[in-house]
Amino acid sequence: MKKLINNPEDVVTDALEGIQAAHGDVLKVAIDPHYICRADAPVQGKVALVSGGGSGHEPMHGGFVGPGMLDAACPGEVFTSPTPDQMLEATKAVDGGAGVLHIVKNYTGDVLNFEMAADLAREESIEVEAVVVDDDVAVQDSLYTAGRRGVGATVLAEKICGAAAEDKRSLKEVADLCRKVNGNARSMGMALTSCIVPAAGAPTFDLGEDEMEIGIGIHGEPGRERISLAPAKEVVERLAGPIVDDLSLQQGDNVLAFVNSMGGTPLIELYIVFNELKKLLSGRGVNIARNLIGPYITSLEMAGCSITLLKLDDELTRLWDAPVTTPGLTWGA
Amino acid sequence: MPVQYADVVAWVKAFASAIEEGKDYLTQLDSAIGDADHGTNMHRGFQAAVRKLEEFPGDDIGAALKGVGMTLVSKIGGAGGPLYGTFFMQMGTALAGKSELEAGDWATAVEAGVKGVQTRGKAEPEEATMLDALLPAVQALKESVGDGSSLEAALIEATEAAEGGMKATIPMIARKGRASYLGERSVGHQDPGATSSYLLMKAASDVLATKNAS
Repeated sequence: MKKLINNPEDVVTDALEGIQAAHGDVLKVAIDPHYICRADAPVQGKVALVSGGGSGHEPMHGGFVGPGMLDAACPGEVFTSPTPDQMLEATKAVDGGAGVLHIVKNYTGDVLNFEMAADLAREESIEVEAVVVDDDVAVQDSLYTAGRRGVGATVLAEKICGAAAEDKRSLKEVADLCRKVNGNARSMGMALTSCIVPAAGAPTFDLGEDEMEIGIGIHGEPGRERISLAPAKEVVERLAGPIVDDLSLQQGDNVLAFVNSMGGTPLIELYIVFNELKKLLSGRGVNIARNLIGPYITSLEMAGCSITLLKLDDELTRLWDAPVTTPGLTWGA
Repeated sequence: MPVQYADVVAWVKAFASAIEEGKDYLTQLDSAIGDADHGTNMHRGFQAAVRKLEEFPGDDIGAALKGVGMTLVSKIGGAGGPLYGTFFMQMGTALAGKSELEAGDWATAVEAGVKGVQTRGKAEPEEATMLDALLPAVQALKESVGDGSSLEAALIEATEAAEGGMKATIPMIARKGRASYLGERSVGHQDPGATSSYLLMKAASDVLATKNAS
């Protein structure tokens, strides 16, 4: 294992101290228990947004804390759900009296821990709603599985709901909006290489020199199929095809296209992917009205990418364009 | 002979030791179908719970078990934290203020704990989860106690039922948690959560059998 760390056990705490050192102007980091919140929290009269999940997906979620996006983020150990005590403290720290929305990615651990945290917060008379994001089309959604995983749509939901909360919408309105984003967004990812969890010290899975995994999860969970390396054009067809079908995109639809690096894939390759995606969608009469390209929901040093498409309407477009000031996303302010 | 405060502490410690001994095995079971952290997470959580119990000077069994549950929730992480944490918190609530337990109290408290796990995890029997070991154990415990068996005999029955339930997860298709993504490929693997739940029941019968022998 080659990593720029001091000690595998200190990875999360050391990184959090670095985030505080770098971004203390917009956020503050609490160490016991771990959470990151806006420097000016709580913002009175505004619905507060709290998210969280295992570490190793940076900049998600801590890098999205700031005006126009999240009020707080709870980082767990690498690829391990955070715990309810963290979520409760974060919820209390950001509650400005208008209620708190928990944005939860659909993994059993995250869902159960956030449910417990919501119960504990309600016992302390804080109004909490939770929305579970489940946009990964690689996973069969059925009664017989834990359901689709939450991936790229989480970033888009946090941005869009953050803007709505700044507009002083009610908790119910922001939660409904979060469900709307989730309902109109689908994702799929792929990997060229595995990642190495620092505490494990070895690759999570083995992938041959000439292989790639289509439908990979952000923790290296197996995908739909393992196939031989192929040109970017073909990879885009395999990722975007199921998304377009699942969203039932029609000629004339506008979408936000989010091309994300899993951590190890450079921007030059993401632009090639984006270009192929643009051609594929143009062929179907779908217009990319907005885009986001870069490493935003990563899987440590895994090489690969994911594609997320969000079907846009005027409301979502306007909220996407609204100002945001976070370490990970900044515009318009 | 009723269960005393010290026996309950001894039970939690015995389970923590069983987890310590079995942590590589639990992680190995988990790596086949999950994310290879069940042993490590449980070990971290129960070490903290044992330390927490040492801070409890009183003899309120309910309060001590609640304290264990809260510690587990904040230390285990993953899905195991809320599930095992809820088990102990609900058991603690059922035993609030008690310093001595009869067989019936024990059965009632374990049943409350298992109901808590079921509510939290929303699992049904035969989905290859902790419940597949816990539900048969509760059933056996209640029946034995209802028939007037000693607590010791009831605990042994419960442990055997849990062991049978644990083994029954091998041919099951996992329907919950990360293993559910494997579908048919989860067949042939013993569920790690059912395995740790069996160890929890076994620790109870081990501790009370030792007690009555001494």
